[in-house]
Amino acid sequence: MSKRPDLGPKRGPIVMRVRDVADAAHDTVNRRDFLMIATGAVAGVGAVMTAWPFIHQMNPDAAVLALASMEVDLSSIAEGQEVILKWRGNPVFVRHRTKAEIDAAKAVKMEDLKDPSARNLNGKDSDAATDENRVVGGKEQFLVMMAVCTHLGCVPIGNSGEFAVVQGNTKSGGWFCPCHGSQYDTAGRIRKGPAPENLPVPPYKYLSDTKIQIG
Amino acid sequence: MSGPSKYQPTTALGKWFHERLPIVAFAKDHAMDFPTPKNLNYWWTFGGILAVMLVVQIITGIVLVMHYTPEATLAFSSVEHIMRDVNYGWMIRYMHFNGASFFFIAVYIHMFRGMYYGSYKAPREVLWMIGVIIYLIMMATAFMGYVLPWGNMSFWGAKVITNLFSAIPFVGTEITTWLWGGYAVDNPTLNRFFSLHYLLPFVLAGVVILHIWALHVPGNNNPTGIEVKSEKDTVPFHPYYTMKDGFAIVVFLIVYALFVFYGPNYMGEPVNYTPANPLSTPAHIKPEWYYLPFYAILRSIPNKLFGVLAMFSSILILLFLPWLDTSRVRSGKYRPVFKLEFWVFAAVCVALGYIGSKPPDGAYVLWGQVLTVYYFAHFIIILPLIGLLEQPKVLPNSISDDVLAHSTASK
Amino acid sequence: MKKLASILVAASALVAFSGLAHAEAEKSAKPVGFSFEGPFGTFDKGQLQRGYKVYKEVCAACHSMKFVAFRNLADKGGPGFTEAQVKALAATFKVHDLNDKGEAVDRVGLPSDYFPSPFANDDAAKAANGGALPPDLSLITKSREGWHGTFNQLVNGIGGPQYVYSLLTGFEKEPEDVAKDKPDGKYYNPYFQNGIWIAMPPPLSDGQVTFDDGAPNKLEDEAKDVAAFLAWTAEPKMEERKQVGFEVLIYLAILAGLLYGVKRKIWAAIH
Repeated sequence: MSKRPDLGPKRGPIVMRVRDVADAAHDTVNRRDFLMIATGAVAGVGAVMTAWPFIHQMNPDAAVLALASMEVDLSSIAEGQEVILKWRGNPVFVRHRTKAEIDAAKAVKMEDLKDPSARNLNGKDSDAATDENRVVGGKEQFLVMMAVCTHLGCVPIGNSGEFAVVQGNTKSGGWFCPCHGSQYDTAGRIRKGPAPENLPVPPYKYLSDTKIQIG
Repeated sequence: MSGPSKYQPTTALGKWFHERLPIVAFAKDHAMDFPTPKNLNYWWTFGGILAVMLVVQIITGIVLVMHYTPEATLAFSSVEHIMRDVNYGWMIRYMHFNGASFFFIAVYIHMFRGMYYGSYKAPREVLWMIGVIIYLIMMATAFMGYVLPWGNMSFWGAKVITNLFSAIPFVGTEITTWLWGGYAVDNPTLNRFFSLHYLLPFVLAGVVILHIWALHVPGNNNPTGIEVKSEKDTVPFHPYYTMKDGFAIVVFLIVYALFVFYGPNYMGEPVNYTPANPLSTPAHIKPEWYYLPFYAILRSIPNKLFGVLAMFSSILILLFLPWLDTSRVRSGKYRPVFKLEFWVFAAVCVALGYIGSKPPDGAYVLWGQVLTVYYFAHFIIILPLIGLLEQPKVLPNSISDDVLAHSTASK
Repeated sequence: MKKLASILVAASALVAFSGLAHAEAEKSAKPVGFSFEGPFGTFDKGQLQRGYKVYKEVCAACHSMKFVAFRNLADKGGPGFTEAQVKALAATFKVHDLNDKGEAVDRVGLPSDYFPSPFANDDAAKAANGGALPPDLSLITKSREGWHGTFNQLVNGIGGPQYVYSLLTGFEKEPEDVAKDKPDGKYYNPYFQNGIWIAMPPPLSDGQVTFDDGAPNKLEDEAKDVAAFLAWTAEPKMEERKQVGFEVLIYLAILAGLLYGVKRKIWAAIH
């Protein structure tokens, strides 16, 4: 506080001003203002910093972040069957696709897709939504993806919708969301309805020929 | 607040709103312009400090509830979950836990300030009595909060304190069974204590508003105890007392932070880091420090019913303090005999607290009884007699005269 | 008058603080020093790693540590194991779980698992230990007092880690006068909080645990390392707490100074 903050209107050289009685009174007011502003600023910064722990406490805690990965034995899933598992609180589809379903997925033209991105966390963001990019090479029959409609989060129903493979009276592959009518094809790609994106593929890897680990 | 409001809406929207809900004028009158005696010392800042502590407790409490589980098999581990896993959970829990102690430190200073300066005397009796009710709600809230971590002292504290009600003749057992929701302190007890511990702070906040209302009718007492005579005796609450209280609040928070961050468990009992065990009472069971004087009074009476009655009387007697003090002079500053006796009484309260922390045997029991007798004698005999017999000092003419006399004397 | 009053208050405060210390154990804990004491004290990572080894090889046979997860061993402010080390050491434990058919199985531990308890439940633990329950060690240094006294604990802390150290190094030949009272299957330890007879046999001895960093492993070293480790398990956020506390105090001191300046300026015209 040894230096006078120069906030007042300039009326001449500083040396002159110090001796100016009227200005000295003015100067006191300025000092007071400066102190007030500094205090207000420091108090404000403190309030913001204090708020952070009280906001951050609602973020996922250390126990949630460390949730275990999950192993799935694929040998017990027969061709044409799918299971729904819970991983990190969300349902996951693991589907053993038929040849017809894979062929149907591969036959789709890229320009017919609503969402051109593969949405596969094991690949790159720029990957195109080809059937190959949605599964692991050599293991095309196993489709692993989140069972969470990208519209508003319902679980789509399997073997149904307009993009399932129809054989006689039965449908196989393809998903239909009962909440708002989104339709997914046999690779879990959005084709129709309000959902904006393909069903995302969670991080997973093969531990052995018949065993995967999700997460 | 007397007289018309100084608030004048400056914009058309402000005027429109003011005519429909004059809340801005109300806030300005009561939180900014309120005329406050200009001679309040730092002992008067504890009201503001208490308001801040109530807000700290409510905010940290609401946050803790987001992670806590009020169920007997999970409560202890959910607190450990907060301490270990939740982001900043350790800090928020230590703030809440030590906040209770600092809330009581502030309330005790606030109460003794009121006693020293005669703030309970007419026309502030209702203000004082609402304060006593606030203190009672605080004690109930803190007690139920202490049970929630479900440590071994939580459990046995709950059992011992609820058993106080079994002293009630004829229906005592029925009342404790009703309080517990069973034949012992157990999960139903924990659940209801949790519910009430969440509810009572909001009741407290409501009663605090009544307390401030009752303060703003007669206005503040002050160290001279003389009523405000003219506008010269007062300053507007803002900025004079907002800044003075603000400084005191921050200093208080520094002491609070020292404990939260560098001695967070000092105010607690190590035994409470052992989960509740209904089969094993801790070796030395004692309540939190802020109950100790009353606990000592309870144990001084070798009869269950009368011990409990004495304990509750020792708090409820405060409600009658405005009429037990017969002095015509308000402030202890001008009452030489009272001033001396006040400090003796304060020392007796501290000594009772010390006795309350000790095992109930040997000389501690005798000392506890002597001090208990003094505690009650202070209210029933000594205070009325001093008021009648002592010769008070000459009072200054006005608050301004007193302030002027002090500032010239110090120059 | 004022002087007299302050003398009275000081006297009563003195009575309250000095007090006759009511020791529960026969002897107060040995005042051994630790790196984590004081406002800037931090954990010695090497010591915590050694202490972990003592827990794993000796204590874990009887004592659970159920609030600590393997992942915590890699947390900031802890023993400083790497993620890979934690994965490896978690795998040395067997954890109870259910398989996808709902059958109870033992599988290898994962970092997200908590330390498994050596006994199925408290009753099983008691039955296997002559009726005495080996306490869970997660919070042991916060639930035990090495010494007493209101003022003493304010300055020196409750002495929890010192209690653990003293107990582990405090097994002695019982004095003549109490020898005849020795209960079967109990050991003499004057540092024990519940009397002088403890059901735990002396768990550590010179050279019992070999440390990977080649640190000395006399009984006292092992006891001190495991006491430090248990101080960390009880208060894993201690380093973060002191760090945040330092910043908070600096901030509050600046704010207090500014507010005092503002208050003085405003009041200058009044007095």
